[in-house]
Amino acid sequence: MPHDLAIAWRRPASMIAGRRLSRALVIALVALAVFALLLLADGKDPLRAYRDTLIYVFGNTYGFSELLVRMAPLLLTSVAVALPSRLGLINVGGEGQLYMGAWLATAGALGFSDLPAWQLLPLMTAMGFAGGALWALLPGILRAAKVVNETISTLLLNYVAPLIVSFFIFGPWRSAESSAYPQSPAFVAAARLPSLDGTRIHLGLLYGIVCLALYGLALSRTRWGLEVRAIGGNPEASLRLGIPVRTYMIAAMAVAGGIAGMAGMAEVSAIQGRLVGELSPGYGYVGFLVSWLAGGSALGILLMAFLFAVVSSIGDILQITQGVPYAVVNVLMAVILFIVLGQRKPMGAR
Amino acid sequence: MTTSFAAAVLSSSVVSGTSLLYATLGELVGERAGIVNLGLEGVMLIGASIGFAVCSTTGDPYFGVAAAAFGGMGAALLFGYIVIGRRANQLASGLTLLFFGFGVSALIGRPFIGASITGLPRLALPGVGAFDLLVWLAVPTAVLLWWLLFRTRWGLALRAVGEDPAAAFAAGRRPDVIQYQALAVGGLLGGIGGAHLALALALSWDEGLTAGRGFIAIALVIFARWNPLWAILGALVFGGAESLQLQLQARGAAVSPFLMSMIPYLLTLLVLVFWGLNRRSAAPAALGRNYFGVE
Amino acid sequence: MTVATPLLEAHGVVKRFGALLANDVAAFAVQAGEVVALVGENGAGKSTLCKILYGYYRPDAGEFRVAGQPVTITSPREARRHGIGMVFQNFSLIPALTVWENIALYLEDLPWLIGPAELRRRMRRLADRLRLAVDPSLPVGRLAVGDRQKVEILKQLLAGARVLILDEPTKVLAPQETEGLFRTIAELRDEGYGLIFITHKLREVMACADRIAVMRQGRIVGTMHRKEATEAKLLELMFGESSVAVSRPRSAPRETPGDLVLQLDSITTAPDAGAVTLRDVSLTLRSGEILGVAGVSGNGQRELAELSLGLRWPIRGVKRLWGEDATLWSVARIREAGVASIPDDPTGLALIPGLTVRENLALGSGRRYHTAVDFDWRRLAADMEESRSRLHFPPLSLDTRAAVLSGGNQQRLVLTRELAHDPKLIVALYPTRGLDAHSTEAVHVALDGARAADAAVLLFSEDLDELFAACDRLIVLREGRIAETFSPQSFTAETIGPWMVGAADAA
Repeated sequence: MPHDLAIAWRRPASMIAGRRLSRALVIALVALAVFALLLLADGKDPLRAYRDTLIYVFGNTYGFSELLVRMAPLLLTSVAVALPSRLGLINVGGEGQLYMGAWLATAGALGFSDLPAWQLLPLMTAMGFAGGALWALLPGILRAAKVVNETISTLLLNYVAPLIVSFFIFGPWRSAESSAYPQSPAFVAAARLPSLDGTRIHLGLLYGIVCLALYGLALSRTRWGLEVRAIGGNPEASLRLGIPVRTYMIAAMAVAGGIAGMAGMAEVSAIQGRLVGELSPGYGYVGFLVSWLAGGSALGILLMAFLFAVVSSIGDILQITQGVPYAVVNVLMAVILFIVLGQRKPMGAR
Repeated sequence: MTTSFAAAVLSSSVVSGTSLLYATLGELVGERAGIVNLGLEGVMLIGASIGFAVCSTTGDPYFGVAAAAFGGMGAALLFGYIVIGRRANQLASGLTLLFFGFGVSALIGRPFIGASITGLPRLALPGVGAFDLLVWLAVPTAVLLWWLLFRTRWGLALRAVGEDPAAAFAAGRRPDVIQYQALAVGGLLGGIGGAHLALALALSWDEGLTAGRGFIAIALVIFARWNPLWAILGALVFGGAESLQLQLQARGAAVSPFLMSMIPYLLTLLVLVFWGLNRRSAAPAALGRNYFGVE
Repeated sequence: MTVATPLLEAHGVVKRFGALLANDVAAFAVQAGEVVALVGENGAGKSTLCKILYGYYRPDAGEFRVAGQPVTITSPREARRHGIGMVFQNFSLIPALTVWENIALYLEDLPWLIGPAELRRRMRRLADRLRLAVDPSLPVGRLAVGDRQKVEILKQLLAGARVLILDEPTKVLAPQETEGLFRTIAELRDEGYGLIFITHKLREVMACADRIAVMRQGRIVGTMHRKEATEAKLLELMFGESSVAVSRPRSAPRETPGDLVLQLDSITTAPDAGAVTLRDVSLTLRSGEILGVAGVSGNGQRELAELSLGLRWPIRGVKRLWGEDATLWSVARIREAGVASIPDDPTGLALIPGLTVRENLALGSGRRYHTAVDFDWRRLAADMEESRSRLHFPPLSLDTRAAVLSGGNQQRLVLTRELAHDPKLIVALYPTRGLDAHSTEAVHVALDGARAADAAVLLFSEDLDELFAACDRLIVLREGRIAETFSPQSFTAETIGPWMVGAADAA
């Protein structure tokens, strides 16, 4: 007969983190091994690729800085997935939200180009946020009203956003300069996010870290975060406790979209310096996978974003040194994910 | 609008819509069994790359199509193992398959970028037109699938699984086996859809050849109310939007191709909103759920 | 006279769910051409016994024979092979599929290619007998409930059932459909089928049955032929000896009526597939009293509780809290006004399983502990500690996750939180369901304490003893309406029992 009193036990947080880290390492190793086999089958040298990557990334300041450059948009798009996921919503619209953030930020850059940087950049950041937020608002409302599932609506909008961007750079915002690809006019210096000397590390990285930190803190230390976790844990009980579930759903989607929009703003402002047609090699989708792998935890996202940035570097190295198409890196990512999905319990579950 | 314009649009709609139709039918079968595969795009890419590679190497487009079909089936079964065997979340697994497809197809297709093939030969039917074999077989395939789903024991069991796996189990069926079978068929058709794109439309290979058609197909399944016959119409409409845009451009019409390309997606979203508002869900009741067996 | 071999026999059936003894049946049998009614209160074990016969549950012990031959029944499919069929309350039909498709799914010997024509042929004779006049190509979801039930019966018969078990078949039927069902049962009986009819409604028993078996607390406490049966005898067997002295509330009732707390005036809710519609419900509840809501669950209790808490809004009628029109108030506003909720499923409805005790306490306390961005955890802990000790509950570690607590402790946690700020109205929906005796007692004491502190309590329960012991007044809900009101003088099983089981219907 079980004792009537509850057993009060707790796992120290450090132990949980340690378990997660070791599990992540095992998964990474297995995935690298599988990928190596694939490369071998293709006649490439995986060990050389891994070694070259390690040297490039860790033995070289520029290489390491490139790692951080890759992480920046990922941090943002991951939070854009993680936040709604805590409520039980699936936001796969990071791509589209990124593009719309870039688009609206460009409107700001082109329209207010005579403002000084200290005014223009915050304005562009806000507009980037707004663009992404509005793009995610519609799916959020449709979901809260139980009309359309947010997964499919955000997915569909992912394809519309780049088309809107293309429309503008082929039309109203077409740059007068002749170039191979249509693009917007270059941004004025005041519209460019500053970078660290000699590298491409830009303020967008700071956006990413701040958003990630805010996300983590908000969820664990504020009352809104608690209510969000409550909704994710048991929406029915949350309703009965008086928590405004639908409001939270809409707000979470909008904020998430805004954060992804900021990634778009950073891309056009820091990296590209203008609006171009190809802004994102799938940051939105990779963000989904990073968030999924991390179980929605802030620390996990940091870790996983780093992992994916390393993977992405492997892809670059492979392309440069062995002529393997960069897209192949998707296989490595997929293998990692298949392994994680194949386990009975996802990493973030307790 | 002259008749030659209309004929041109119709003709290219049919060709354009064929790959969409195959992919849609494949996804439809899987969803009827309760499994949503967001990675359909990946399956199509694998099919396209394998089909192109084999055709380019052997010179035989039909062999390419067959290889593509098997490649698609393999990818779908891998996905099936994850979601059925390991009971993983279907959406995340589907997206993973998407990436897998991007990567694997890039790897397979790499040596063939820039290669050109003659592709599937056109078979003429006097008075109707000259299309390749896959186009001719597209509508019959849809009809065959309709018949399979609605007139055979297998199809009935499959639909029961998609509606209520527990009830199907109580009736003595095996939901997991049926779901694997559905995914196998789905992968086969998805691979064929990708092959048609490479071997009849594009006649070349590049990364990301499918350009989102896999996602359009997923939307089309909803549009078609999970019925293969309606999928024919849907594929024609969506294929038509694309070809209309191309034909207009060819004639120098001042319609932005981008705005036109948006229409299929927005239309689908509109349809979904309309359906959601009317609470008319024709979706299989257990779509997306993992079946955990009877206690 | 030789006794014919029963179509189905069961001996020594024992089934336990954890500590609960659900079945302990020495002998049970059905003959061909006979209708056996299995009667008893909710929880008596009728459904469990039949689910065992149908292979849905595996018994801990038991021997079974079909037409004299010993058999083991390990699954519903096997049961069907032995000719045993069961029609559940929520049919195992698939609404999106058509009638003939649903039937075809269950037929083992159909060819690979199925056509409606072949099935129509097989169906026709039986369908005519059952007076099933629906178009077999209609999706089952579009049929009226009575017709759906006929399809379900048809399905089982065509799948080869000789023994047909019907689990509370009239629960979902409208009155006129019930007559049709009785006719069907009579016809099937005449054709030589054996029927087992589970019910708690005595009127039906008297109308249909040839033999009656009464179950109580998992055992068959009596069997008789219909000719020998009277309602009184059956009630006595069902409810046992009614105790003369019924324990009454510990605290004394108020001398003067308290203030009006809750008033419902002709409340009607919208028809909703899957919920019971409340019709013209009016009640008043004053402070310092406990109003019990009795009735077999599924007659609108959940909907009434949800309405009181603001989770459901009426389409007609007015709800007043302390005299104010609260019909359209949000859940949050109602809670803030001092209304507490103790539901039957703590982790489903009142707690977030993945969050800690501390966090669950915070979430239910409205704005009381809000700081700028977080909660005043210290004040919360202090207040909750006070509530806990006032209720004499054992201490709980605040960092435990709610999911790992036992059912009793979960309910204690809910009580601690809900009663911490002296709520003026408590809506308790089957609060002791599934709890052990000790925890049940704790709930009763807590509710009684609240009453003594002048709170009003709306207590929903299926346990008459619980209601008698706790309540000042009782209402019985049937099909969304208040069937009758009772005062303590009439708190006996004889008076109220029939209302629960529909034996005392006033049309």
